[in-house]
Amino acid sequence: MTKRLFPWIIVVAACLYFFVPLYAAFQFSLQMKRGELSLAAYASVFQSDVFVNALVFSIAASAGAIVFGALLVVPTVYWVRLKLPRMRPVIEFISLMSLIIPSVVLVFGQIRMFGSSSIIPLTTTDIGINTLLVAGYIVISLPYMFRAVDNGMAAIDIATLTEAAESLGASRLRTVATVIFPNIRAAIVSGAFLTFSICLGEFAIASLLNRGAFGPYMVQLGQDRAYEPAALAIMSFALTWVLMALIQSAATAKPGRKGWLTRKPQTP
Amino acid sequence: MTANIAPTPQRRLNLDWLGMVPFLGFALLFLLAPVFYLVVGAFQTPDGRPTFANMLGLADPNIAASFWLSIRLSLASALLGTVSGLLLAHALILGGLPPWIRRALTTFSGVASNFAGVPLAFAFIATLGRLGLVSVLLRDVFGLNIYAMGFSLFSFWGLALTYLYFQMPLMLLVITPALEGMKPEWREAADSLGATGWQYWRMVGAPVLFPSVLGCFLLLFANAFGTLATVIALTGSNFSVVPIVLFQQIRGNVLYNPNLGYALALGMVLIMVVSNLLYITLRAHAERWQK
Repeated sequence: MTKRLFPWIIVVAACLYFFVPLYAAFQFSLQMKRGELSLAAYASVFQSDVFVNALVFSIAASAGAIVFGALLVVPTVYWVRLKLPRMRPVIEFISLMSLIIPSVVLVFGQIRMFGSSSIIPLTTTDIGINTLLVAGYIVISLPYMFRAVDNGMAAIDIATLTEAAESLGASRLRTVATVIFPNIRAAIVSGAFLTFSICLGEFAIASLLNRGAFGPYMVQLGQDRAYEPAALAIMSFALTWVLMALIQSAATAKPGRKGWLTRKPQTP
Repeated sequence: MTANIAPTPQRRLNLDWLGMVPFLGFALLFLLAPVFYLVVGAFQTPDGRPTFANMLGLADPNIAASFWLSIRLSLASALLGTVSGLLLAHALILGGLPPWIRRALTTFSGVASNFAGVPLAFAFIATLGRLGLVSVLLRDVFGLNIYAMGFSLFSFWGLALTYLYFQMPLMLLVITPALEGMKPEWREAADSLGATGWQYWRMVGAPVLFPSVLGCFLLLFANAFGTLATVIALTGSNFSVVPIVLFQQIRGNVLYNPNLGYALALGMVLIMVVSNLLYITLRAHAERWQK
């Protein structure tokens, strides 16, 4: 009897630990108006211009990291798998490096290297700082983007696809854009959602580059307000949940099966 | 995969390297060179002469104290995460529970291990802060004023308890393959030889699992060591773990020596490198049992 009971006790305890903070944040977020439950905290968050600006800025920065990250990773992984398989460990090592280098260290190095007295003084202009921000986001999401794209490429026979495309007269660029890319779309989408979930609320890089991004905004709100942070916690948990569900469905969508990710028919 | 490509002539081979230039260029500019810059700076005086004074400066009582605090906090949270995650994984995988419970908690863990940073801090303030749901409940219903008893969410154990929210799910996810690799035949063989459950775990289960568990512990340690946003959202910047000290140093040179900041960054990287290398080694060692 005790043998069956013990696992249940563990699972119930873990569920309580996981569930209670969410419930507490939810309940707290409804109490902004004294004596009644209301969504006032949520309304107050959405009505703030600072919130909208910070969110829009962070969405734009994350989108930049996704687009440029994918443009950097997809052709490289394709090329290395096709022509330089012995270099794959090098690319993999570089991609995974940011799991070891804390982002606060990374941005420290960038700020000093691109400071006002350096050869490339990126930190002196707004465009330069935004470039550094997006570059930093690409670096911290590189492990996830690389793994997603690398797994995607492993699942298709890129050598045969490339030969087929070339025998039909396609240029290299056309091969990547119209044959390889559609076949690993699900992998890229999964990498993109992961990048988005990492970058949207990122704090250290955005704060040290003095950008009015969503992460620093949330920290500031936590210092100024009581109920709105709880509302933000609930919304961001919901968003994380949605993103993970999208990643899951992107990962399980098989190439060639009709679905929202793979609309075009298979090429080979 | 490469076998069916015709051998490329020597002349083309040299050009193939060009395909890696954008990626390597980006990595060099925004990842390798900045880190290298800090590493070099850690061994230089502000006017560029070589020195070990910065690295020795890490032994300064204040800085050593913040490293020690970081290490203790990371050890405590990794230990909590390892033990609770292992118990949970064991209950889910070997406990004979309905499969849907395992699926639900594994899915949830995927979300929770990514739910870190500022919002997590907010959720815990609403739970265990001075006016948090659980604090108030314990005070009003059970007469336990945890803040009067010395607990604070904004202190060592409060932080460790908050980290647990992403550490336990991470442990569940990374230890699952090792527990799934425990073959039922081993248990049956032990049973038929007359071993008790305790003997099975002491002489078969624990030795097989140990490298995996230790490896995951180190992964959790590194995960906690680099945590910055959760600490700032909970404590402002009053809780001087290493990432916070470095953060303040970048903001305003609080150490009054920029190169000491580089040494601090290098010290952080070294700890991350060592714990990750040990994790990778132990995982490779553990995977021998999972074939």
